[in-house]
Order: sequence, then C-alpha cells, then structure tokens
Amino acid sequence: MEHIRTTKVEQVKLLDRFSTSNKSLMGTLYLTATHLLFIDSSQRETWILHHHIAAVEKLPLTTSGCPLVIQCKNFRIVHFVVPRERDCHDIYNSLLQLSRTAKYEELYAFSYNPKQNESEQVKGWQLIDLAEEYKRMGVPNANWQLSDANRDYKICETYPRELYVPRTASKPIIVGSSKFRSKGRFPVLSYYHKNKEAAICRCSQPLSGFSARCLEDEHMLQAISKANPSNRYMYVMDTRPKLNAMANRAAGKGYENEDNYSNIRFQFVGIENIHVMRSSLQKLLEVSGTKGLSVNDFLSGLENSGWLRHIKAVLDAAVFLVKAIAVESASVLVHCSDGWDRTSQVCSLGALLLDSYYRTIKGFMVLIEKDWISFGHKFSDRCCQLDGDPKEVSPVFTQFLESVWNLTEQFPQAFEYNEAFLLQIHEHVHSCQFGNFLGNCQKEREELKLKEKTYSLWPFLLDEQKKYRNPLYNANFSPELTLLEPNTVSFNFKFWRNMYHQFDRSMHPRQCVFNLIMNMSEQNKQLEEDIKELEAKIKQRNGQSSAVLVKEHQQSAHPAPVALKTPPSFQKEQPLIPVNDAVRTIEGSNTADNRYSEFVAEFSKAEPAVVSLEYGVARMTC
Amino acid sequence: MEFAELIKTPRADNVVLHRPFYLAVEGTLCLTGHHLIFSSRRQDNAEELWLLHSNIDSIEKRFVGSLGTIIIKCKDLRIIQLDIPGMEECLNIASSIEALSTLDSVTLMYPFFYRPMFEIVEDGWRCFLPDEEFELLSSVTDEWRLSCINKEFSVCPSYPPVVIVPKSIDDEALRKVAMFRHGSRFPVLSYYHKKNGMVMMRSSQPLTGTNGRRCKEDEKLINATLRPGKRGYIIDTRSLNVAQQARAKGGGFEQEVHYPQWRRIHKCIERFNILQESLIKLVEACNDQSHNMDRWLSKLEASNWLTHVKEILTAACLAAQCIDREGASVLVHGTEGTDSTLQVTSLAQIILDPRCRTIRGFESLVVREWLQAGHPFQQRCAQSAYSNSKQKWEAPVFLLFLDCVWQILRQFPCSFEFNEQFLIMLFEHAYASQFGTFLGNNENERSKLKLPQKTMSLWSWVNRSEELSKFQNPLFEANSLVIWPSVAPQSLQLWEGVFLRWNRPSKFLDEAHEEMINIIKYNKELQAKVNALRRQLAQLQTVDRMQENLRHTQLGIVSSLGSSSVSKLHTVLAEAGTLTSTQLCG
Repeated sequence: MEHIRTTKVEQVKLLDRFSTSNKSLMGTLYLTATHLLFIDSSQRETWILHHHIAAVEKLPLTTSGCPLVIQCKNFRIVHFVVPRERDCHDIYNSLLQLSRTAKYEELYAFSYNPKQNESEQVKGWQLIDLAEEYKRMGVPNANWQLSDANRDYKICETYPRELYVPRTASKPIIVGSSKFRSKGRFPVLSYYHKNKEAAICRCSQPLSGFSARCLEDEHMLQAISKANPSNRYMYVMDTRPKLNAMANRAAGKGYENEDNYSNIRFQFVGIENIHVMRSSLQKLLEVSGTKGLSVNDFLSGLENSGWLRHIKAVLDAAVFLVKAIAVESASVLVHCSDGWDRTSQVCSLGALLLDSYYRTIKGFMVLIEKDWISFGHKFSDRCCQLDGDPKEVSPVFTQFLESVWNLTEQFPQAFEYNEAFLLQIHEHVHSCQFGNFLGNCQKEREELKLKEKTYSLWPFLLDEQKKYRNPLYNANFSPELTLLEPNTVSFNFKFWRNMYHQFDRSMHPRQCVFNLIMNMSEQNKQLEEDIKELEAKIKQRNGQSSAVLVKEHQQSAHPAPVALKTPPSFQKEQPLIPVNDAVRTIEGSNTADNRYSEFVAEFSKAEPAVVSLEYGVARMTC
Repeated sequence: MEFAELIKTPRADNVVLHRPFYLAVEGTLCLTGHHLIFSSRRQDNAEELWLLHSNIDSIEKRFVGSLGTIIIKCKDLRIIQLDIPGMEECLNIASSIEALSTLDSVTLMYPFFYRPMFEIVEDGWRCFLPDEEFELLSSVTDEWRLSCINKEFSVCPSYPPVVIVPKSIDDEALRKVAMFRHGSRFPVLSYYHKKNGMVMMRSSQPLTGTNGRRCKEDEKLINATLRPGKRGYIIDTRSLNVAQQARAKGGGFEQEVHYPQWRRIHKCIERFNILQESLIKLVEACNDQSHNMDRWLSKLEASNWLTHVKEILTAACLAAQCIDREGASVLVHGTEGTDSTLQVTSLAQIILDPRCRTIRGFESLVVREWLQAGHPFQQRCAQSAYSNSKQKWEAPVFLLFLDCVWQILRQFPCSFEFNEQFLIMLFEHAYASQFGTFLGNNENERSKLKLPQKTMSLWSWVNRSEELSKFQNPLFEANSLVIWPSVAPQSLQLWEGVFLRWNRPSKFLDEAHEEMINIIKYNKELQAKVNALRRQLAQLQTVDRMQENLRHTQLGIVSSLGSSSVSKLHTVLAEAGTLTSTQLCG
C-alpha cells in the first residue's frame, strides 16, 4: 500500500487502441492494492491485475492530458489519457512498483482469499495426484519403478521427489548419470504408453563436451531401451537446432555421441531457444498492434516474426516423437539444454497426441501438472512473476497452449475443453492469483508452503467447467485411434486472434457460433430434464385421473372439445430458456467500431483538401 | 459440328484415377460430348466421377514408357490425375478433352443440351424480374420510374431492357446522359435505403476527356436524387491517378465545379489481369504442400488476394456508411461500371439490407446487380486459376465478391439464411454449369441466345426444397440491423472452403459441422416436445379444474338433491351445455 499515492483519478480517457481518430471513453480510474480499475461513464468496468502488467509507459504530454500506456501479459493493451500530469506520474510510479514484486510472499496468491475453508483448500490441492496418474499409465510395472533417489531433492533440485526410472537403473547409475547431465536432470520417465510398452523420457543435455563420456549415463540409456521389450533401439531427440547443440560442446555440454551409446538413433529437431522465442513474440505483438495495418504488412510481419514457424517446429517435433512411439514402438528420450522448456513442450504435446485422456479437462490439468509444473518449467522466471532477469522471460508455455489450440482447430471434436479454457489457463499462469504456477520448481514451492498459504487453480476451473466444455466433444472420437495425427502443412497454422486480440472486441466475429452451440448444448440438457419432469407430472395426473388421460389421447383424433378451443391463457408457447442475449446480440454493429469509418468525423468538419481515410488507403479529393 | 468428330477415343479401360487424400482407383474412362466420365468397377465401392468438359481449365500430359498420364486442372480448383495405358489412347483422349473443353461456340455448351431430371416447380427465368423489384420500390417512394428506353438494347448494349431512373428525368435526357457515359451506362438506381430514403446509384465513368466536357442532363440526373441542401458522395473505384489518366482516353471523373453538391472519394480496387494473376498466385501457393512457413506466408502475401478482399470490403462499407450513417445518396462507378462497381454496390446492399441475406434475396441480388447489370460473366469466367492463356478480360471479379460475402458471413454467422456451400455452389456454376444462367455477357446476348427458351435456369434447380436444404444455415435468425464487418487484416481469413478444399482432408471438420447441426436440430426437437408436453399438461389442468368445478357444483347439487348418482349429473350438465359429454365420460 505504501506505493499508492493516488487512489482515484477522474476524467480519465480510455483510448480505442486501433482508432485513428482518437475515439475514447471517459471514466474514472481507481488504484487498489491488487488491481487497476477503470469505470467508464456507462458503468462498464475494466479490471487490470497488477501482476498482469508487463510494461507501463508514459508518453509525452499532449493537449488533452498525459498519456499512459499499459501492456499486459495477457496481451491487453490499454491507453489512458490522464488530465493532470501529476496524477499520471503518481499512477505511473505506483504501477511500476506494484507490477514488480521482489518477493514471492507479496504476490496476489498470498493475499487472495476465495472464502474456502481449510479442508476445501487441502482438498483442492489434492485434486491432481501424479502418483495416481502414473498408475493410470501403467507404472510401476515389471520394467519401470518409482525411484527414491531424489526423495530429498539431493540429486536434482529442479525435479520432483517422485521419479520413475527403469528397474534396471540402479542408484549408482542414476547418480552417475545425473552428474553427467546439465543441472543433474538425468533421464526419467515422462509418459508410458501401455499398449506399445514404449516410453517418453526426458532429461537435459549431456556434459559431453567434445569427447567426454559417462558409462553410467550410457547404462541409463541402455536401461531405458531395454525397458521396452518391443523395440531394442530408442530415439534420442535433441530439440535444439544442431548448430546450438554444437556450440554447447565448447562449454562442456553438448549432445550424445551415437558411437558411445548402443542402439540409439539420434535426431535434432530444431526448435529455437527462449531468446529467439521472446523476440519473436515481441515482433508479433508489434505487428498486430499497429494502427491501420494493411494485409500485406500484417502477413509480412507475421512471417518476419517467425512466430508461426516456431509453433510449427514445436508441433513437428511432437509429431516426430509420436511416430516413433506409435509406428515403431520405440522409446524416445527428449532433451534440449536444461530440459525444462522445449523438452516440456515436446513431451507434453507428444503425450497429448498419443493419449486421449489429456484431451479431457481433468487430463489437461494433469498434463500441465506433470510435464510443466513438477518437472520444473521455470514459470516464475519465464512469466516474470518477480522482478528478475528480463532475459529469462520467454513465451514457452504460451507456445504450448497455442500448439494445443491449433490441434483443437484441426480436430474440433477430439477435445473436451475449448479455447476459453486455454485462455483462462494462460491468464492465470500470469496472474499469480493461485499457487500452482508460482516458483520455478517443486522444491521452491514446498519451501514457500504454497499448499498452506495459497489456493490451487484447478478446483476453480473444474467448478466452472461448463464454460470450458467443447459442445462438439465426442469422447469416442475415432476410437480405433486415440492417436491424433495432425497435418502440419504450413497453411494449417493460423494467427491466434482470440489470444493476441482477446481484448480488442472490434476484431472478432460479431456473432459467435461456438458460444451459441455451447448454450444450445447446455439448454438441451435442461430441456431433457424439463421433458422428464413434465412427463412425470403428466403421469402423476394420469394416476389421479387416469380415465381423463385415456380420453385425452383419443381426443387427439377428434375435434377439440369446446371448452378447450380457447387456448389456456396461462401457458402459451414461449421460449423456454431465453438463449443468452449476449450471444445473440450483435455487438459492435456500429460503424464506429471499424476502421473504415473514421473519416466521417472529419467529414463533418470544415472541408479538408485531402482526407486520409482509415489505413491511409483512401484519399478523398475535393 | 458433331461432337463425335472431336472424340477420337471414346473409351479407355484400366485407367487409374488419382486424387489427393483418396486411394487410387482403377476403372473405365468414357468421353461424351460434354462429360468426362470415370467409373470404377470395384464391386465394393463402385463410384463414378462426372466432370463437365467446360469445368476443365487446363490439361497436361506426361509419358513414362507406354503409360500416359493426364493431369486435369479444373476451374473449381480441383486437380485429378488419370493414368491411361497406351500412348496413342492417351494422346487421343488428351486432345479430345482439350478440344471439348475449349469449344468456341456458346450454343455448343452443355446448358443447350441438358435435360433436367427434376420437376420444375418455378421457372427461374421468370423470377426476379425488374417489374417486381420496381413494385416493391413504388410501395415506399414515388420518386422513381421504370424506363423502357433500352427496350431493344439500343441505348446501352450492356443494360437490361428496363431500368429504374429518377422520375423527373425523361427518356430524352437519358439518351443524352448515355452519350456522356462510358459504354452508355448512364446512372441508374441500384438500391433504395428504406430507413432514410437515401439511394445508391451506379454508372460508368463520365466521358469528360482532357478538355473537361460536361453534360447538363447528367448533372441534373444525379442531382435529382439529392434532398434539398444535402450532399451526395461519388465513390470512384479507381485511384485518383488512374481516374486522371483515364481522361487521356476520353474518360474521366466528375469535376467538382460541375458537381458542387457531390464529394468524390477514390478507392483503389484492382481489375482484370491484376486480379487474375492474384488468383493464379494464390492457388499456386495453396497447392504446394511443401512450403515452409515463411514461404507460405510470403506467397500468400505476394498473391495480394486478401488485400483485394480488404479493399473491396472497405469500399463497400464506405458506401454503406455514407448511406446509412451520413444520410447521403451515393453514386458508384469505376471505368466501365461492370466489375468493381458491382462488387461495391452489391456488397453494400448485403451490409445494409437484411433481405439480401436471405437465400431468395441473395439470388435476386445476383440477378439484379450482376446478371442484369451486365457483368460479363462469359469473358470473366472463361478461365480460372490454371489458365495459361493470359486473355485480358478474364478476372475472378465474381469470386472476389463471393469471398467478401463469405468474410461477412463468418463475422455474422447467424445473420444469413444461406451457408458457405451456397456461395461455393455459385462459384462453381459461374465457371461451369449445366444451367444457362451465367452464359453470355449481358441481357442482350442472353436474349439473342434465347437462353430462357433453350436452357434451364440455375434458380429453377436451386429453389426446390430438396436442394435448398443443403444451402440453409441452421443458425439463421433474421436480423434487421445493418451489419458492419471488421476489415482489419486480423479479421480476414483465407477462404479455406474454396482454396484449400482439395488440399487437405476435411473429414474431421465435416464431422464437427455435422455434430453442430445435430445439436441445433436436437434443440429444436426438444423445444417442440417441451411445448407439446406443456400444452398437454395445460389441457389436463384445465380438465382437472373443470372437474374441480364440477365437484363443487356436484356437492351443491348433491346436497340439494341428496343423490349421489354422478352419471345422472353428467347428463344434467351436458344438457345444460356447460360441457360436452366426451369430456366427462369415463
């Protein structure tokens, strides 16, 4: 609270981000300990969580006031104009402080109180049980076992306590292998494919340098391939571009030498590193945020950003992995440098393609808990939860969600969840409102006592799962192949407008088929119940006066009795449940929301010699 | 000429058909005067492919040893491959197809030979007549008249015989205006906006030339559409530069001095070969599956297709905005007034007029603003994306219009009575069809060809309920509002239903679409059932209440009569006429 000097500013303008004629809403800005709130004159509220703020910028003073631009991690961009510079400065400073937290304990999750009692809180955290999940996959079994090697985080700090390894991998092998792997992240099981008896394993890069080798590590890989009775060779996927991997050798790291490891097939798949991804997203946002963008500038900007190329690379890698398992029944070991970014992407997407469980709402939560949270994807660093090194920030998880979204577009019936679910998860990865994504690894989370001090996101999402259900979901979707084989031809990848322009309403379709179907599908359930209820009532009445009903049925063939010719006045045919009005109304059916319209304001002024129209395309000569 | 002369080998056996995403099938190939027919003889899954020769855009042949391969590229963008054993047979078939797909006489086209197998409920040639349109108009305004000045196509060869013009302008003046407009396309009414009485007119460019010729009648004509003290807008679909250059060739634009009440706005909509090349490039990009992401995006960009879509949509929105928001009348023209002009006027109507978003209304729009307005379909649609001959007059003008409609449909998916299939069907028939609707370049040519007598209209076929059901949008709910689409590049999309149709398996998308329709259908069924049950319950309640009343009365009577014979009572009541006996029986 000590950061807040001004809590309320009136007469603030909220500018339309894409308007070229400075269209705006007037309203009042409030600053609270957790949120920035803008209420416009028609009482519409815009809430911005401080943790969502990625950047605040004060632009040079203009005649109408002092502009303040706020960019959020959920890709909302708001542009305020504050009448007095002093107020603007105060708010600017407050937001700078509030959006950058130095300590975990100051994050929203530690003060957020959803009015749950303690047992609900505990139950919430128990909702996802990874031991249960490994059991579902079919481990432990004859070939795989739970290792207690890392029970006290002694071998690898960024791994979870419970790790599954081949039975033949003894503790000395594990220890030896972990010493030969970057950050001690030795090969462990990520997903076990029951039918194929093949496994997805993950690790970090070997410390091979130019020639170093490690017998234990070699044994470890051998143990993994031997744990698969159906195929003696295994794939080792280095998800980095070959050049990057080679460069790492100079630093004593690198990749597996095929000569030293028996029965491995080594493959690079060329996903770029976190720095490339960060700047790629930056470029993408620059393009999509441009006012008066032309189609060609948009497409060439999209191309130059490389964003869709990266998404395709991630999915291509997952497809490669899935083929190895599904077609060749071969186990696959996946790694990148540290094994917590690209490796998480590829392992989790691979599992999602292989196993329809991960395409359910609960299953997707499990997948994220397993491959992202427990295996130490550095959410805190990557999402900049604390004021840290900006070079550690990277949209790795966002890319994962986008890859999943692309799959949902190709297989509209294969997923139980919808786009809103993905967007909501993205929102909360950055919101720091729930404990799940805080910190960089499990050890850190335990030290923070998150399970006692914060709440888990998942029960809240499950509670409102109606919103996240895909009405077209078919649980028996292609039952003969629970496997999804996505087509990764370039034209299948599209710009994810609902993610990057989630808050720019004027860009979206004005009527949303998906919401409509979702409502209808909900309504159908209600109607089915109504029918049961009505039938029961009718039956009951018939019981009372069964005779009457018999007559009733006979009557249908006869002219209606006199008394009934006048329809009963109390119940006419009516829409039973009004379909949500918000869905039906045509939002923004208004020229003012679109950019072809802006010249009109200028028309009404005195005659300009040349009026540049939206995008500067049209010129009017007078 | 006999078709038989062109068919050197009418039949070939052991031909293998390859299509993307299907297994190759072996079968027999037959050539007839108008069709290429392939039938597989496999028992389990006998199938036939009928391809109109006029749908064939280009044909290539290759030989490996004695096995010949023909690659057929169609105007609907499909590509198929036929492996034909025997070099001579293959050559014969290739040359026959080539000859049959490039017949130069219109009267040899399939529509002149096609005999419908369906019952004609309504003759499409008699639908959408200008008189009906004018009748509708005269119910709301009397400022316009139907002029028969073009009865023999003597004034303007590309206009229909009757046109709607301001009442205050007589035919004599119209003749003078026709002399002043390119191709004699004088300004005529395109759309009347009931909400505020504003209008949209269309014409061709004025022939001002370099010395600034003027025509008082022309000025009078378009001024007649203005309300006192109000201004109008002229939307010139060419850039100012192009319009200025047109003066050198005798064309030009309305000078402010002579049209002081009009504001001119130039929008740049491309034409002819630029559009044709754009289509060729786009289809080329879509057909190459091997493109990496950068190459795909740069090819998509280089095609400029979506830029054209955006330009056209923007101009149409602008016209609609002038009419609806500014309360001003609008005149739209480019050079000839037969291409970009029609794109703008027809799209503006879709934005403004809910009627155009119904199936019949849209058909009527296509008839009025494209066929009758003289869009030269035969020239523009002679070849599609695979053509090698670069004729100057071919251009996907109509396809671009349909693409723009699709973009609006995507943004307002509940506001249209028709679905995407309807638009795709129109695209197919504009390029190759068994119907005569899109033959000829204007009404004049159509009447000379006697199309209404000699061919079947597309509308006769479409407007039968069997066909219509395929084109209906289950989400349609009439929306009387003006619909303003977003023209931001992020809001525009590649029309996959046309451009990726043959390039990717659509099984999963189709199934999902089916499921969606099932949900909607199920919803309607449930609603109906609940209503029926409610009605039934209500009836029961009514009966109950009557029995209740009856019991009260009974009690009264019983107490007074001291008798408990209900049947007697029934009779009493029935006789009293309060209730019929049927109701009480039992």
